[in-house]
This record gives sequence, structure tokens and C-alpha cells, in this order.
Amino acid sequence: MDRNSNSYTFIFSIVMVIVVGSALAYAATSLAPLQSKNVKQEKMQNILATVGIETDRTGAQAKYEKYIEKEIVLNNKGEIVENREAFNVDLAKELDKPVDEQVFPLYVANVEGKKYYIVPVRGSGLWDEIWGYISLESDLNTVAGATFDHAGETPGLGAEITKDWFGGMYVNEKIFDTEGNLVGIFSVKGYAQPNNNDDHKVDTISGATITSDGVTAMISERFAHYVPYFKKQENFNVGN
Amino acid sequence: MSEIKTVMAQNNSNTTTEEQKEKKKNEMIFFLSSSEEKEHFLSKRNRKLLTDPLNDDNPITVQVLGICSALAITVQLEPAVVMGIAVIVVIAASNVIISLLRNLIPNRIRIIVQLVVIAGLVALVDQVLKAYAYDVSKQLSVFVGLIITNCIVMGRLEAFAMGNKPWRSFLDGIGNGAGYALLLVLVAFIRELFGSGKLFGFEVLGHNGATDAASTGLYALGYENNGFMLLSPMALIIVGIIIWAQRSKNRKLIEED
Repeated sequence: MDRNSNSYTFIFSIVMVIVVGSALAYAATSLAPLQSKNVKQEKMQNILATVGIETDRTGAQAKYEKYIEKEIVLNNKGEIVENREAFNVDLAKELDKPVDEQVFPLYVANVEGKKYYIVPVRGSGLWDEIWGYISLESDLNTVAGATFDHAGETPGLGAEITKDWFGGMYVNEKIFDTEGNLVGIFSVKGYAQPNNNDDHKVDTISGATITSDGVTAMISERFAHYVPYFKKQENFNVGN
Repeated sequence: MSEIKTVMAQNNSNTTTEEQKEKKKNEMIFFLSSSEEKEHFLSKRNRKLLTDPLNDDNPITVQVLGICSALAITVQLEPAVVMGIAVIVVIAASNVIISLLRNLIPNRIRIIVQLVVIAGLVALVDQVLKAYAYDVSKQLSVFVGLIITNCIVMGRLEAFAMGNKPWRSFLDGIGNGAGYALLLVLVAFIRELFGSGKLFGFEVLGHNGATDAASTGLYALGYENNGFMLLSPMALIIVGIIIWAQRSKNRKLIEED
């Protein structure tokens, strides 16, 4: 057959695409269980990191079961939704629904007698989605720890949100003002105070304004849905 | 009686092993002579395919290809090593595949075919990393996908595999991948050592504590990490210095103006 004829070229491309396509499809489906296990373990790792428990991925499952004492799923009114597993709630899918149909997972951790409430957050960065976990102390106001992650932010700029120094700035910040109104935590340009003493502000990442704004926005947006539940708790304390 | 039997058995077994040895020897001679008639697997010409890209024809320092990823993933040794291995696997495998198909590929769409082969292999490597080396795959993130656009891979397919037999193409792929990996590891070694005082994450220069008192090793004497090493421009500067050193040793690389 003439190698330069149109029909040969078409047949060759069709066969090539079928072969390559089926090989990739086979690899993707056969490796999927291993990959989802990794993602699950990483999620546990990130949740535990917000309450100061460092663990490697293989040990995450055991530590998670040890320290996370309750997983709660809430609706927008702050009522507990039964029959849903908080860990399996896919926030990316929930965010596409109308607010009243969304559910909001909450993890309660108990580390050596101290209670922590861990709120998963998710929003948009510059290029793709960003997400994270923020733990509150038992007053449901003071941040105990925060971790962030991203799908495709610029390495060296927006991708810096995954670094410890960025999450570390959120520690001891407060999400409510003294009257109990939700304020959130703002990522502010040029806020370079050495002691980071303002309760609602942290320094932003130079060159990553949109990613930093995304972090600010997702904290305000996500926490707003937890306020009704928080205010019903006896230990809720804005400390005035 | 039983002793005699065992002796006989031993004799028997001796003869059979000797026969086998003889047979093997003949096979070996046949194998050697037949392959020498064509070309030995690792003949001088073939060995050159492996060693040339390490120095005289290095993809990064001589051909100046694949610079983008050389800047991006050389802050630490571990991702550099993994990236090096991934590129070696992708170049070698795609070279072999293209070389096997070289008489079947329609000339007009050969670049597309090359790209599909590379992209397919890279997607496969990405999936395997996500399943078996998840942390590393997170670190390499977008750069695994960017192997597809790494000029070294397509350059070798178009320049070598399209016109050479599979075994030689395989060696060429391994050689060029290794030449790339060598430079990556070299740059990453310098950047991680001076930038964070670590190698493969181990604190080789001592522990860098918050105060001098909390530090050990060199840091206790007042040594500081060079933060500039962690920024991408430093990778270019190091590659430049390596090119300089290589050319001053290897005179034939110097262009006449």
C-alpha cells in the first residue's frame, strides 16, 4: 500500500488512536483504586495537620481514627444532616448546588483532652480550585491551625499557599468580632507587622494577589454557613 | 553395592554436565560470531550512543534543550532524580516505539504520530507516579505533563529514531535521557546543598535552628543558607557555569567565530 496515500494515512491514524486510547483507559482504570487511596490518606493527613498532628501517609488512617472523634454533616441552617458521611462529602460537587441544598462537613478532633473543630474550605484561585482545612479551638473563634492546597496555582507564587509559613500566619487569628459577627480573615497587601497582632488580618503573598484574595474569599464564604451551628454550641465564646 | 551405584550416578551426571557445557560453548561461539557479523550489542559505535550525550553532545549544556524543566525542578535532589528517571523512560520507550514503526509511519503525519506516542507514554508515567509515588508526583505536578513538550524527546525521535534500528534508538534514548538527568542532578545537588543545607532532605550541614544556640554544625558557627539558590535564576547561572567549566576542559566544543 502506498504510504503517502490519503487512505493509508487515515487508517494509520485511526488504528493508532484506538491502540493508544485503550492502553491509557486500561491503565487509568486499573490504577484508580491505588490513586484514590492516596488522595484519601492525604486528606486525612491535611486534616490532622491543622490540629498539630504530623504523620506520614501510611500512618494517617490510624491517627485519624484516634484523634477525630466526630464527623458531622450540617445544612445551611446549622442542623445536623443524618445519613451522610462527612469524609465522603465532595465539596467540589456541593459548591455547584444552590446553597440551601448544600451540606457542610465538620470534623471534631480531640487531642489530649483539647477539642478542635475543623472546617474544610474550598474556592477558586487564579488558575484552578484551591482548598484547605482550618481548625478552630474550642471557643469556635480562634484559629488553631490551617493547611491549604491547590490544583494549579503558579509554582513559587500562588502555590506558596501550601507552605507552612502561609498556613502558620492564620494561627491565633479570630473569625468573629467581639460582638459575634463573622468577619473572616483577610489577606492584606503590605501587612508586614512582625507580631501579626491584628485578629483578622494576615500578610499576602507578593505576586499572588488573586490567589490570596481567593483564600480570603473562600474563608468568608465557607464559614458563613457554619455560623448558625457555632452559635448554638455552649462553648461558643467570642471573648469580649 | 550402594557405593558403586552412587559413583556411577556421579559419573553419569558428570558426563551430562560436560556435554551441556560443550553445547553451551558452541552456542556461545555461534552467538558471538553471528552477532559480530552484524554488530555487537555494545560495539564501540553503540557505546558512543550512550556516552556521547553525557559530555560531548549533552542535551542541556551543548544543545541547550530542556532548560525549562531544568530551572523548575532542581531546587531539591529528590524530584530532580525522579524527573530524570521519568525522562529516561519516556525517551527510551518512545525512541523504540517510533523506531519499530519508522517504516509504517506516513511521512506527512510523522510529527503528529511522534507527539501521540510521547503524550501517551507521559500520561502513563503520570498515572503510575500518582499511584505509586504520590508525594513525588505532587511535587513534580505540572512538569510531568511538560515532558511532552520537552524538546529533547521530540528531537531524538525526529533526528534519530526515524532513521535507526530499535536497539540503537534505545541506546540513544537512554544516553540522552541520562545526559539530561546528569545535569539535573548536578544542578539540584548544588542548589539544595547551598540553598537549604540539605541533600535528599537530610541536614548535611547541621541543623538550622531559630538561634545560634539551637543550631548545630556549620549553622552554630554563623553559617547562613543562600536563599538566592532557591530561586529559578540561580539554576540558569549554575547551568551557565557548568557550560563554562565543560568547555574549558573540552576544547572541541568551542565554536570558532
